[in-house]
Amino acid sequence: MANQVIHTAINGQEHTHEVEPRMLLVHYIRDVVGLTGTHVGCETSLCGACTIMVDGQAVKSCTMLAVQADGAEIMTIEGLAQNGELHPIQEGFWECHGLQCGFCTPGMIIAAHQLLQRNPNPSEDEIRHGLDGNLCRCTGYQHIVDAVQYAAEKMQGSRERKEV
Amino acid sequence: MTAVAGPSRMIGAPIKRREDPRLIQGLSHYVDDIKLVDTLHCTFLRSDYAHAEIKSIDTAAAKDLPGVVTVITGKDIEGKVGDVPCGADLPGLKVPDHPALSIGRVRFVGEPIAAVVATDSYIARDALDLIEVDYEELPTVVDPEKAIEAGSPLIYEEFGDNIGFTMPLEAGDADAAFAEADHVVSGRFVNQRLIPNAMEPRGVLAQYLPGDGSLTVWSSTQVPHGLKTNLGLIVDIPEHLVRVIAPEVGGAFGSKLNVYPEEIVVSYLAIQLCKPVKWIEKRTENFTTTIHGRDQINYVEIAVKNDGTITALRAKTIADIGASYQLLTPLIPTLTNLMIVGGYKIQNVKVELIGALTNKMATDAYRGAGRPEATYIIERIVSMAAKQLGMDPKDIRFKNFPQPEEFPLEIATGITFDSGNYQASLNKALEIVNYDEQRAQQAELRQQGKYMGIGLCTYVEICAFGPSAGVPGGGWESATVRVERTGKVTVLSGVSPHGQGQETSFAQIIGDEFGVDIDDIIIVHGDTGRQPQGIGTFGSRATAVGGTAMVVAAGQVKEKMAKIAAHLMEANPDDLVFENGQIFVGGSPDQAVEFATVAGEAHTAANLPPDTDPGLEATHFFEPSNFTFPFGAHVAVVEVDIDTGEIDIQRYVAVDDIGNIINPLLVNGQVHGGIAQGLGQALYEGAVYDENGQLLTGTFMDYAIPKATHLPRFESDHTVTPSPVNPLGVKGVGEAGTIASTPCMVNAVVDALSPLGITQIDMPMTPNRVWQAIQDAKEGGNG
Repeated sequence: MANQVIHTAINGQEHTHEVEPRMLLVHYIRDVVGLTGTHVGCETSLCGACTIMVDGQAVKSCTMLAVQADGAEIMTIEGLAQNGELHPIQEGFWECHGLQCGFCTPGMIIAAHQLLQRNPNPSEDEIRHGLDGNLCRCTGYQHIVDAVQYAAEKMQGSRERKEV
Repeated sequence: MTAVAGPSRMIGAPIKRREDPRLIQGLSHYVDDIKLVDTLHCTFLRSDYAHAEIKSIDTAAAKDLPGVVTVITGKDIEGKVGDVPCGADLPGLKVPDHPALSIGRVRFVGEPIAAVVATDSYIARDALDLIEVDYEELPTVVDPEKAIEAGSPLIYEEFGDNIGFTMPLEAGDADAAFAEADHVVSGRFVNQRLIPNAMEPRGVLAQYLPGDGSLTVWSSTQVPHGLKTNLGLIVDIPEHLVRVIAPEVGGAFGSKLNVYPEEIVVSYLAIQLCKPVKWIEKRTENFTTTIHGRDQINYVEIAVKNDGTITALRAKTIADIGASYQLLTPLIPTLTNLMIVGGYKIQNVKVELIGALTNKMATDAYRGAGRPEATYIIERIVSMAAKQLGMDPKDIRFKNFPQPEEFPLEIATGITFDSGNYQASLNKALEIVNYDEQRAQQAELRQQGKYMGIGLCTYVEICAFGPSAGVPGGGWESATVRVERTGKVTVLSGVSPHGQGQETSFAQIIGDEFGVDIDDIIIVHGDTGRQPQGIGTFGSRATAVGGTAMVVAAGQVKEKMAKIAAHLMEANPDDLVFENGQIFVGGSPDQAVEFATVAGEAHTAANLPPDTDPGLEATHFFEPSNFTFPFGAHVAVVEVDIDTGEIDIQRYVAVDDIGNIINPLLVNGQVHGGIAQGLGQALYEGAVYDENGQLLTGTFMDYAIPKATHLPRFESDHTVTPSPVNPLGVKGVGEAGTIASTPCMVNAVVDALSPLGITQIDMPMTPNRVWQAIQDAKEGGNG
């Protein structure tokens, strides 16, 4: 099959590349665009290390083709901090020791991002359920839960300040 | 170390990790994130059969595929590269050939047969489909007890049987003690095969520079130094021209404590092709061909007096070692033998260990490595004994603990426990969980037909490997401490952290030593080009052995700095205090010089005291005098739904005594992660091969590592009994949680179901298995 030209906006930057139709989105992001913060842990959409945002939805980029992302707005872990300021979720992971080897972390943070967008004030159970598609082998998850709670509180606080 | 140490400010503080900013922003570099120009991509063709003769391999079509650079098989590298090494040296060990690409015969599913190199990883994968292998299937054996029976299919015909090694161990007179016993308690335990599954699969990138003959290998490894030495010998490049870099490593848990065929083949190909060659493991490969853990069957009995005193233990262990030996394969179950009496004063021991070869992937070190098995054996059998004698499980433990003043304590298996206070940790755990109240509630719930259980585990483990006599390749660790001209501190370590956070905890140690800000210290690790000699990170050794090496080296540098500072201030070096970036005379802080000024003076060297060389650098190789022996008590409270077999973990309390604590935040992380993996084994995980040797649990869909919803909150606390083995007084924490939590959980579930007469449920205690045990018990049998 002939190569196809795709246009994407990744972390606010426009990209145009010619890709093989079979190329996975995660390989496009890592090997063509060169953003290696998104990881490949299983290639079967079970571990969640490759989770990114595609048009506002958390997606496991190891089971989506690059050509399917033509025209999409994508955010990867590299796009979460703004103007050198960590996002509250990143801050939470740092403050609460929510990571050890760090390999699952980018996907975990993006999944938490989606979770907090949908449910800004989740219970512990809701956090655990919301992260069920992301595997971590190091932490036992407790500090990850703490990190998401930290972020939720912080984001809630800044929303309330804005409302005042 | 040096005469005057500043007050401790950072050791013991929950300082957040310095590693994290790069990791949470996607700015770190694991092997696959390293891109070299003109890199070629390697893939491996692997055996579909567990046991077969390779009649022929046809690689012609693969070689013709555009983009394919080369395809090699075992015969192409035969005699050109050495075997996959095994570092174990047991008496009578039968060591088979272990070529990096199999020649003639395959013995497990996933064994590498051929390697493809192409310009693109997709093309390299396409080419695999074009290789034709003609196999002639052979009979397989996957059950280790069947494998050691006469008439079993032979993994290696030249051995005559499938017994790779045996290791008997006897102390005292166990048979006599059994003859006099009031009670004999026995059990058959299965410690199922596990698949470590670090989240980052393995990966190798090798670059050979023909100009200077150097080979650089980036590998996702825990042991870059051992890999460097071994690779040099295997691919015939002198060691001083080989550099191994373990960049960011995404977890390992023992599975990257090895020298793997792929590391050998990729290095060989890079040398042959004079281009960088990269191989990144697929998860399926990680399941089938990265080492597995555990896999023991233990027949155990203990002799017990009426008062609960355990006088003897006899055991026979069959360890399934798989089809070949990886680096430490035969040694792992020998640790089970060593630790089999746990934290109890059992003087008479008679144990037998048989290493059984089967048509499966090799087992090797997985978090805990032999000690979880020992702990499972002793903690299950002791709880069973308590039940049989009608004792509370805590009382039989207190009855058999050594007293704190008996340490250092030589135990029956010949090792010496460094320090301990087992009563204190158990008392603390019982207090935290409100043990007596829990028992009262259990009695009440039983009246209501509810099945609540309380499980105890009081463990002791051996770690901080260790004296070199006990570790193949050496058990020391090296560190170089250099104070740069500007006063910045560089520490080069031979250990190789891969998630533990020692860029932070080591900086705390060094920061206290020099009295400088943690941000002025950098910890360099995982690079044999920067710290040429080292051993690595495994067996909870990094801080006890590697941390001590750097404390000693820092002490030497500090002594020199004190001498220079004293010369500048006309003071006595013995009176100087290092604190807040200054060196001052104790008691008169006005008489001070900046740490950085002294560093500068040491390098400009125009005004040094007599007999003082320029520079501020020291290297120390630390050899520990003994292992360390962390211990503790875990308590789990569960409720079992007897209609569904589901287990609800209501409390999980861990009191771990790991000696002094450098960073409680990181210690918590290690404890949690360890318990999570132990609960994974207790409840969910298990590698299953069918009778043909096909791995049925080769994806995350089939092999259940715990998810966030599977695990409870853990309550972690500590007692502190410093180790006398090293000046930091630390013991090690990496494996404690994994070692303690499996028997703790099984004890809890069996306790819950004991009114039904259930005395044992094998792991993983899946709802189906628990439900089945309940049905069997109800039908009059015994689970």
